[in-house]
Amino acid sequence: MLAALKRYWTIIRRPSAHFSLGFLTVGGFVGGIVFWGGFNTAMEFTNTEAFCTGCHEMRTNPFPELKNTIHYTNRSGVRAKCSDCHVPHEWTVKMARKIQASKEVWGKLFGTIDTPEKFQAKRLELAHHEWDRFKANDSLECRNCHDYDSMDFTRQSVRAQAMHSTYLASKEKTCIDCHKGIAHRLPYIPPSGSASDTPGQVVPKE
Amino acid sequence: MRAALVPALAATLALAAALAWAEPLVDAMRGPTPIPNATQPPRLSNAVNDDNRVPRNYAQQPPVIPHRVDGYQIDKNFNKCLDCHARAKTDFSLAVPVSSTHYMNREGKVLAQVSTRRYFCLQCHVAQEAAKPLVGNSFQPK
Repeated sequence: MLAALKRYWTIIRRPSAHFSLGFLTVGGFVGGIVFWGGFNTAMEFTNTEAFCTGCHEMRTNPFPELKNTIHYTNRSGVRAKCSDCHVPHEWTVKMARKIQASKEVWGKLFGTIDTPEKFQAKRLELAHHEWDRFKANDSLECRNCHDYDSMDFTRQSVRAQAMHSTYLASKEKTCIDCHKGIAHRLPYIPPSGSASDTPGQVVPKE
Repeated sequence: MRAALVPALAATLALAAALAWAEPLVDAMRGPTPIPNATQPPRLSNAVNDDNRVPRNYAQQPPVIPHRVDGYQIDKNFNKCLDCHARAKTDFSLAVPVSSTHYMNREGKVLAQVSTRRYFCLQCHVAQEAAKPLVGNSFQPK
């Protein structure tokens, strides 16, 4: 094992005796382009809606909920697909998110949320992951489309103006603080579970 | 007396029949479109969204909602209305707080949360549409 490694190491270290420097440079360059293009195409494929809804977990649980919301269907037909909100657009952070998301492959293999009941049971935890992520990156994915500087407050309702011109303008709050549950339905949040959200209704057992 | 009633009744019936013949029965909601044909429903407009509180039309009227409530989630898990209108939230949201009567159960006992019988806001409170009423209303508050 160690001997084999040593042999490969000497092959890699030794200057090439058969190929010209020109071939190695140009070949490396072309090979690099092909590899990079292939890598990015493959990664972009994992950003498509077809990929996300390829598994029944996503197709039957969060995706139908999105279909009722304004982020899926609206008057002008501009819509958000899964990755628009769940994957950062910038390369470095996108890579970090993709590496993090490899845990979801584990979840898929072991059926962590393979029934609606399991999904509902785990839902609050999964939602918290996303809320924490949005909170940490100042709602980056919202702001990819909803640019604060381009917001015309005069076109907003009075209460939206009031909120946006105070809490959002002062950066005291970020989008996700108020706009939770806009693309999916909210799970039951226990009274102490979140600083600002209204818990649902506990039906008294009498 | 009874003899006089019969021709009067007959005349009334004849008049009603003539009226029915002259003017076919029209359902105010449906309009004159024949039953087998599909009606042309009025265009959907945007609900009123101006946030101006509308005064009550009569005592005990549930106040109407002066903003859009499209897609508001109201279920066991979450109540979008109470996210602003719950009494604990109105300091921040500046919304109209839910009446304290909504925090009482049937027996008048005060609860920590909105009473389950008051939980489904849109059963009584409704968003407004700038539409002409299809059916007239002559309700007079006492």
